[in-house]
Amino acid sequence: MNRKLLIVLLGTTSLYSMVSRVALADPSEGPLFIDGEIEMITRTESVEGHPLPEVISGWHYRTESTQALEADSFENPGMLAVEEGEVLWNTVEGSEGKSCASCHDDAAESMATVGASYPKWDAGSAKPINVEQRINMCRVEKMGAEAYPFDKGGQKPMTAFLKNLSLGEPVRIDVEEGEMQAWWERGKEMYYTRTGQLDLSCASCHEKNNGKYIRADHLSQGNVNGFPTYRLKQSALVSLHNRFRGCIRDTRAEMPDAFSDELMALEVYTTWRSQGLSVETPAVRQ
Amino acid sequence: MTLFKRLLSGCTIVALMTVARADIVAPGDVTIENLRIGTSLTGQAGDPVEGRKVFADRKLGNCLACHVNSDIPEQLFHGEVGPALDGVAARWEPEQLRTIVVNSKAVFTDASVMPGFYSLDVGENVREDLVGVTILTAQQVEDVVAYLSTLK
Repeated sequence: MNRKLLIVLLGTTSLYSMVSRVALADPSEGPLFIDGEIEMITRTESVEGHPLPEVISGWHYRTESTQALEADSFENPGMLAVEEGEVLWNTVEGSEGKSCASCHDDAAESMATVGASYPKWDAGSAKPINVEQRINMCRVEKMGAEAYPFDKGGQKPMTAFLKNLSLGEPVRIDVEEGEMQAWWERGKEMYYTRTGQLDLSCASCHEKNNGKYIRADHLSQGNVNGFPTYRLKQSALVSLHNRFRGCIRDTRAEMPDAFSDELMALEVYTTWRSQGLSVETPAVRQ
Repeated sequence: MTLFKRLLSGCTIVALMTVARADIVAPGDVTIENLRIGTSLTGQAGDPVEGRKVFADRKLGNCLACHVNSDIPEQLFHGEVGPALDGVAARWEPEQLRTIVVNSKAVFTDASVMPGFYSLDVGENVREDLVGVTILTAQQVEDVVAYLSTLK
């Protein structure tokens, strides 16, 4: 079957199963194995200082058919972007005549756990940077190529490819490095700040009310271990900063720019909250 | 109709509108006493039929996002973030329901995640075109309160 048709059919199936969902408030049981081989950590004890005792992957909050899509890397629509990213890894671009592979060789070896450990402190800019920004640094400084604009060009495929190499690795972040602690604090403040006409914070839904339904949507803990994530609702791979902006927009507030200091702080803080869960990129969600 | 009569009826309409507008309590002037807002925000009674529509409309009240209400079975997927509203009129008086719709945090403290539907005490960084604008109009609040008061 044509792969795109398959995706459409599967998306439709998941809509039907939504209609017939049983209103269970508890996240479903696992475990999640990708292709029956790689076991994902989808529930784990949270790190010290975390307000919730257990961190739970958004995978548990989805319907069985959506869960099944993620468990099979052939059916997972997000894998198209991962394959695209692998091609880009080996593609020469820019004035220096280099591809990523020219310096980093086989990504499966050189980048094996990289995607699980961002954002990282960048001494040069004295800020935390995420995978998207790290890719752009290489493109500009080493390849003589243009930086990818937010969500454009190869940004989502390259990010998905790099993170997918860490599939199964537990998310971790070093908040001791540089001034990361101050960014963590700022991100925490953002997390609890109510925004917009609807007066909602991240915590209003994802900390206080996770496990409950808001209309047809099962509220998760809002963990970030699956990004970029394939969202059936949008029929697209969705980056973390795109989702941050979407959530903030839904509170009827002005949206901060992608990779702005505000959203970088929020990425640092939410990554800290998600620690211990496996990287699931590209996760599949509603 | 003579020109005089036309002018006269036009004046009457303008006068009536002025009276009606003057009677609307602005969001900042709403008085809450003992968790109650004692009188209609518009000086008019609410319309429960209209209120049911506002309640269900995703772009207006969107109340089903968070509340189960078995009076509206034609809509699927009632949310469960807030309590079910079946029998809500048996638990709260209309003056209390008005306060909860206007600004639930005045009743349930800041622990509530329910938006204030006729309040300007809202979140930060409000979308530019919505600054100074309430989620519902005063009359829509009255209509929703009238509707909720039928849920016994």
